[in-house]
Order: sequence, then C-alpha cells, then structure tokens
Amino acid sequence: MSVLEATPLVRKTALNAVHRQMGAKMVEFNGWEMPVEYPAAIGCGIVAEHMAVRTGVGIFDVSHMGDIRLAGREALAAVQHISMNDASRLAIGQAQYSALLYPQGTFVDDVIVHRLGEDEYLLVINAGTREKDFNWVRDNTRQFDCKVEHLSDDFTQIAIQGPRAVDVLQKLTDADLSAVKFYWVTRGTVCGLKNILMGRTGYTAEDGFEIYIPPDETTSARVWFAILEAGKEFGAVPCGLGARNTLRLEGALSLYGHEISDTINVWEAKLDRFCKMEKPDFIGRAALEKAKAEGVKKTLVGLEMVDRGIARDGYKVLDDAGQEIGYVTSGSPAPFLKKNIALAYVPPAQSAVGTTVKVEIRGQGVKAQVVSTPFYKRPKKS
Amino acid sequence: MSYPTDRKYTKEHEWITADGTIGITIYAQDSLGDIVFVELPKVGAEITAGKPFGTVESVKAVSDLNAPVSGTVTAINDALATAPEQVNKDAHAAWMVKIKVKDPAEMNALLSAADYEKFVSEEAGH
Repeated sequence: MSVLEATPLVRKTALNAVHRQMGAKMVEFNGWEMPVEYPAAIGCGIVAEHMAVRTGVGIFDVSHMGDIRLAGREALAAVQHISMNDASRLAIGQAQYSALLYPQGTFVDDVIVHRLGEDEYLLVINAGTREKDFNWVRDNTRQFDCKVEHLSDDFTQIAIQGPRAVDVLQKLTDADLSAVKFYWVTRGTVCGLKNILMGRTGYTAEDGFEIYIPPDETTSARVWFAILEAGKEFGAVPCGLGARNTLRLEGALSLYGHEISDTINVWEAKLDRFCKMEKPDFIGRAALEKAKAEGVKKTLVGLEMVDRGIARDGYKVLDDAGQEIGYVTSGSPAPFLKKNIALAYVPPAQSAVGTTVKVEIRGQGVKAQVVSTPFYKRPKKS
Repeated sequence: MSYPTDRKYTKEHEWITADGTIGITIYAQDSLGDIVFVELPKVGAEITAGKPFGTVESVKAVSDLNAPVSGTVTAINDALATAPEQVNKDAHAAWMVKIKVKDPAEMNALLSAADYEKFVSEEAGH
C-alpha cells in the first residue's frame, strides 16, 4: 500500500505556535486555524480586545488574507476590467476598497486594490476565497499584457489597529508615518527588515496599519512580539477573529459570505460608492445597469435591538404582523456601543431609518429598529 | 483546575448542589467567553432532566442551559439580568436557578467533581 502525501485540511499561519503559546482559543475559519480570542489572564477576551482597538491599540494576525499581484504594461487595464472601483484614480502608493464581480453583478469577493508602482497593483483578498479569486483574476486577465502572481503565502500580514497604532508602528520603523494618509501605503525598514510594505488600512473602522513581512516563523514571531512590546505603553493587546468581527460590524463593514456573496449584487449590498459605472467597461457592469433599472428586491440595513435579545447571523427578520420579510447577515452585541446590533436584508419598503421590525429569536419576535449605518464612526482627529 | 466537591456536574457543563441550586461551570464560562445575556425560566416553571431550560449568550455564541435533573423552579438569580458578567467572574458562585428536585435519585446519574474534571481535561485535549 502506498502512502499518499495528504494535503492538510486546516491551514496554519506562521504565528500559530505564538497564538497557542499565548493561550489563544483557536477556531477553524475558512479553512484556517486562527485565534478567536486571547485569555482573560493576559487582559484579553473579545470585549477587552475590542475596547483596546477603539481606545488604544490591538494587534491581529491576518496572514490568512490572500494577495494577488498584477504587474506589466496593461496592469491598469486588467485591474479595471476585473474590479468595480476606478483604479485609474489611484496615485502610486494609494489604495482603494473595491470588489471583483461576476457577470451577474454579484460578488466574487471584496478586495483592497493597492497601486504599488507605475504598472504594479496588489489585491488583498479574503482567506476563504483565495484560490477562487486567483483563478478568477488569472482567467479574466489573459487578454492583457500583465503578469498575475499569487503571493498569498509570501507574507505574514499583521494588522496594528486603533488610535495609537501609528505611535506603536512609528517606534519600529524609519518611515515617516505621519506623511501616510488613510488608504495610502509606504515602504520602510521595520524591526530591521528592509523595504517592508505598510498600508494605512484595516477592517476595524479605526485608524491603523497592515504590514507585510517575510512569512517564516522566526521572523513572524520576532516582529509580533516587538509590536506588542512597543505597544505596551499604549495598552496594546493581541486580538483574535472575535474582536475583528465585532469591530467590523460596528463599522458596518461587509464580510464575504454574509453581507456580500455570489447571490447578492452591488446595489443590494449598498456599495454604490465603490462602484464606478462611468469608468471603462468591467465585468458585471451590464448586469448592474439592468439591475439598477429594475430596482432591488432586498436591501442591506442596520438594525438595533429595541427589546432584550441578540440578533445572530441567519435569524429571520419579521414585520410587525409576524410575516417573514428578510434575514440577519451578521448580528452581535456591540462591545463599544453597548447595544445589540445587526446587519440584515429587508425589502426596500421596510428599509427606512426608524422602521420597526422584529427579529425571530428562539421562536419569539423581538422588537428592533432600522438605524443608519455605520453604527460606529471613529472621531475625527482634532 | 479543581471543582467544588459540594455539588454534581453534567457533561453539558452545568453544576447542581444537593439543595437544587444550578449554575454553569468555570470551564463552560471560559469556553463561552464574555457572557452578555442570560435567559432564565419563571419561578414555578417545570424543568426536565437533559432538556433546555434557559440560554446563556456570550459575544460570540449562544448556548442552551440544560437541566441536570427534573424539578420546579423556586427562585431565579435576577442579578444576572443586569450583570451577566458575574458568571465569568465566579461561575461556581453565580447560580442561575434554584429548583425543588423532583426525584433525588436522578442526582446519582450525575458526575462527581473528580469525574467532571477528568471529563473536561479529555474534552479540552481534543
């Protein structure tokens, strides 16, 4: 009998041993074993981690995120063809939120497009859609003079998030971070590592940076602990996927498979401002034009629970009479806002701010209200 | 971790004292994380061994409270409505309900502190 080399079903980041050493609770997420929260004994737990990011700084291992590089003479045309935002507006060093669409105007994935050079773009994509995204990008850019590379395993990606994130990272780099605006990138030496990419981006509705370092375990662990040490004076804590989810939910940021998917289109997801219909043709545009003329049947809204109860992913949304009208895509207690909030799809007729609906929780209709989103908006710097 | 020997335990991580006071274990609260919501039955409600009688919710999860034995609810811990985090702070003191146990013999089927400790160490090892 021959022994076949088995492909591991669950993947691990280079920081896996570090998370375990720190006592993190590990869970499987989109094929990755990731920390969901760190222990109360080191001042962590979802609520503490969430609050640290809102008021100080938190550190996340986001190495499960994927990366696709497009480079070459027609890289811009290729990016324009496969994404809905207008990449021609990007200066070198600038980034934008965008999405890859199917011809039906629904989502392959949402992405951050970074323009790294004259003809060089980096797409940062979701963990669960890495292979699908790469195949999609490669197959749909063949007509362009442009090289497409899958760099997902080339980086350990660490997110440093919160109002003090800039202070922490500044201690570890020679780059002048005060010159880097939100959704811009820079390069510099970080912890002695040369030419490290640092983006002022994140998924927490807070200021912060995401850095891309070499993926070996030794370097990854060294930088991770250096950031925590540098952040000590600002109350830095390691943060897991639990806090990442509650933070993005307070900011009403979409999560693939929840607010956006291959069956939800751009208009329904209310991502209009990132979809530039006036730019040159792109995959999904024609269907979106048609969908716009027809009008949407469901639309994404923010809900706040009025009566006692927590809306959870997948719960039904009912009208006042108890008729099912929609569903919750993401629901949770909001640790900073101290409210129970949710994102949900409902018919446009019931989407106005102030509309009262119910969320079915264990068979009971519990009162909720449509509120404006984002639930949380970070304070402007004075 | 040592579990108090003045009570019995279930494999669903509840504890019950001889006088019918019920709560969840320190292991359960740790698995759940930050507890934000506890839903309990009314005084007078009948609860049935092995069946859900309430709910505990943390930020990330919803979990049923299962009755260790059958009985009638005689008191509920109202303090948990406004301070559910008490369960995280001291799970073995922050009780949920008190019941009048229907058949004390049902207690014999539950785990001792030592057996429960062995059970959770095996479960955590998986």
